[in-house]
Amino acid sequence: MAERRGWAVPWRDVLITLLAFVLAFVVGAVLMVVSDAEVSSQFAYLFTAPSLALGASWDKVSSAYAALFAGSLGGIGPITETTAQAAPLICAGLGVGLAFRAGLFNIGAQGQAVVGAMVAAWIGFSWHLPPGLHLLVALAGGVLAGALWAGIAGVLKARAGAHEVIVTIMLNYVATGLLAFALTTTAFQRPGRTDPISPVVDWNATMPRLEGTRLHLGFLIALLAAAAVWFLMERTTSGFRVKAVGLNPDASRTAGMSVPSTTVLAMLLAGGLAGLAGVQAALGPTVAGTPTPLSAGLVGSIGFDAITVALLGRSRPVGTVLAGLLFGALHAGGLAMQSQAGTSAELTTVLQALIVLFVAAPALVTTVVPFLRARRASLTGTTPTTGGLSS
Amino acid sequence: MKKLLAVPALAAATLLTLSACAEPPAPPTGTPAPQPSGSTSASAGASDFKACMVSDSGGFDDKSFNQTSYKGLTDAAAALGIQTNEVQSSTTADFAPNVQAMVDDGCNVIVTVGFLLDDATTAAAQENPDIDFAIVDSNPEGSADLENLKPLIFNTAESSFMAGYLAAGMTQTGTVGTFGGVQIPTVTIFMDGYAQGVAYHNEQKGTDVKVIGWNAETQDGQFVPGDDPFQNVAGGKQTAETLVSQGADIILPVAGPAGEGALQVAQSSGGKVNAIWVDTDGCVSAEQYCENIISSVYKGMDVAVSDAITASFNDEFDNEPYVGTLENQGTGLAPFNQFEDKVPAELKTELEQIRADITSGAIEIESAAQPK
Repeated sequence: MAERRGWAVPWRDVLITLLAFVLAFVVGAVLMVVSDAEVSSQFAYLFTAPSLALGASWDKVSSAYAALFAGSLGGIGPITETTAQAAPLICAGLGVGLAFRAGLFNIGAQGQAVVGAMVAAWIGFSWHLPPGLHLLVALAGGVLAGALWAGIAGVLKARAGAHEVIVTIMLNYVATGLLAFALTTTAFQRPGRTDPISPVVDWNATMPRLEGTRLHLGFLIALLAAAAVWFLMERTTSGFRVKAVGLNPDASRTAGMSVPSTTVLAMLLAGGLAGLAGVQAALGPTVAGTPTPLSAGLVGSIGFDAITVALLGRSRPVGTVLAGLLFGALHAGGLAMQSQAGTSAELTTVLQALIVLFVAAPALVTTVVPFLRARRASLTGTTPTTGGLSS
Repeated sequence: MKKLLAVPALAAATLLTLSACAEPPAPPTGTPAPQPSGSTSASAGASDFKACMVSDSGGFDDKSFNQTSYKGLTDAAAALGIQTNEVQSSTTADFAPNVQAMVDDGCNVIVTVGFLLDDATTAAAQENPDIDFAIVDSNPEGSADLENLKPLIFNTAESSFMAGYLAAGMTQTGTVGTFGGVQIPTVTIFMDGYAQGVAYHNEQKGTDVKVIGWNAETQDGQFVPGDDPFQNVAGGKQTAETLVSQGADIILPVAGPAGEGALQVAQSSGGKVNAIWVDTDGCVSAEQYCENIISSVYKGMDVAVSDAITASFNDEFDNEPYVGTLENQGTGLAPFNQFEDKVPAELKTELEQIRADITSGAIEIESAAQPK
């Protein structure tokens, strides 16, 4: 059940989240100093010449974090880069979260996003429709493809009792293989090329963007999708059924709900949302204005990151949007850490993981930070359940 | 419980404290602030000229493709005293922002690595006519019309042909193998050349050496499994073992870092199985396996990249595609290293003859993947 604590600002949660960032940055700073041979060697002189060690560490750490901030929030370009990176994660995260609330572990967002991207890109470069309509058709095609792909797992679960985790993981492999194969066929391969890369998507099917920035229609669509999911889950009977089946399938069945059809419905919706993430990857414009053409790695690891996003967002639309934005900002800032501060790509990934780890474990933060511990003792009775699957 | 933790913590703290008491080496008076360790300031900064590189998803430490290209960047930086910057991409969605980041960083020449980057590179080259661009392993459509975009491509079918002939001449079991990372032209070109080199040996010497792992006619063969095959060393090992169990005793892995799996198989075979490495001299990039590496098919990406940067530095940059061949030594066979005495002199002479015949056109290699 959604916790209803009125509209009061949950100061404690905000504080814990902020402290989670601080802790992650502290641990990240230690890692940065230790992993850099040049800087850590200065620590041999810590007591004889402290300025050497501390100065080197400060330069290293501050330039990295400055780049992280500048690359994600420092100006209109970086902020829109963050939203562009966040949009597909929000969509796929909503899909994973929705399935969670129906009691389904949809590990297949990756595969659903891949087929969504394939279909959207294919419509985008091989059909030639008027402006507006083309984008709409490509978008619908991608969403539908994702929904059907997840629907396979839903139907198998509902009719044959096949566990959705296994089926969706296997379907991920099938989708990846299908894309690799499709890129070698004439339908998908760019004419005159032997590399597995598709033609560039038509301008009519490209998501419109704010000129000079990375803000494109995709982010708006992601927010609309979040609102739609909220409405569906909180204001409709279908949403109620999904939640009820997720909480207790036996009780729902006794109450006269159809568990199989609810399962299929939840998977179709989840797949559609993941497909939408694929559409974003295929039709969202890059800095150059045109979308990245379809290739084996286009979707990246969106579908897997979406699982973290959904868990971090507690499977709620608002939470998912915030978690998606956090991930988007970390990704955008991570690229800047590499290019501006020379932080290695691996360390950037570790730092992102640390931030997520601390944000996802509020109990850890309260244990580590002393003055919160005292307050926790007094609040034990009302400590909210924090598991991502709680609904 | 807390006391249990306190003991090692105290010990560690003591050690740290003690080790922190060293005297710094007397610095020259007026110590310059410690260099920020970012590679931005890799060289002495004698020049404002900046050369930059964007990797594909392999990363600059892949012991093969990206690493060799990166060596070209560092070589050029060392030789010219210029500044460098580089950024790794983890997904294809990173390519465009990464190229843009290098543009924003004020780079004078930007080298991108891999065919996947060609749209991002072409677009950036169009937008920024003042910056020189070079792209490794791709000849993007329309690059001929862009004066600031130079493709760096390699006809490795020629050198792999020699490797195939060498393998056929060295095999004890009469079966040689190869496998790829992903079925893309820049990989299969090696396998095509290799298979044809073996076939040429059979034709010339009346042998019956079989190639497993690649069929040049059907363009089908053995590839490393998994989502990220180039990084999948365990998968590479598994694939190599499959080939060995079918009788192969010489393997050409064309799979970037995953190829290391084949070297592991060779190393643990007690000398029965050997490998031919690709992209760089394996005895340099993976020296712990040197005793099992007969030779390597080198692909001189470092030289090509370094030359392109030097040309840009000297204002001599042009958009003429660079094609590495046996003739211009942009590709070829690396030294035999520890196999110097094991490869028969006759075979070495024949390989020299083959090199001459390929260069003169007497031997024609057919591979759909060859640069046109």
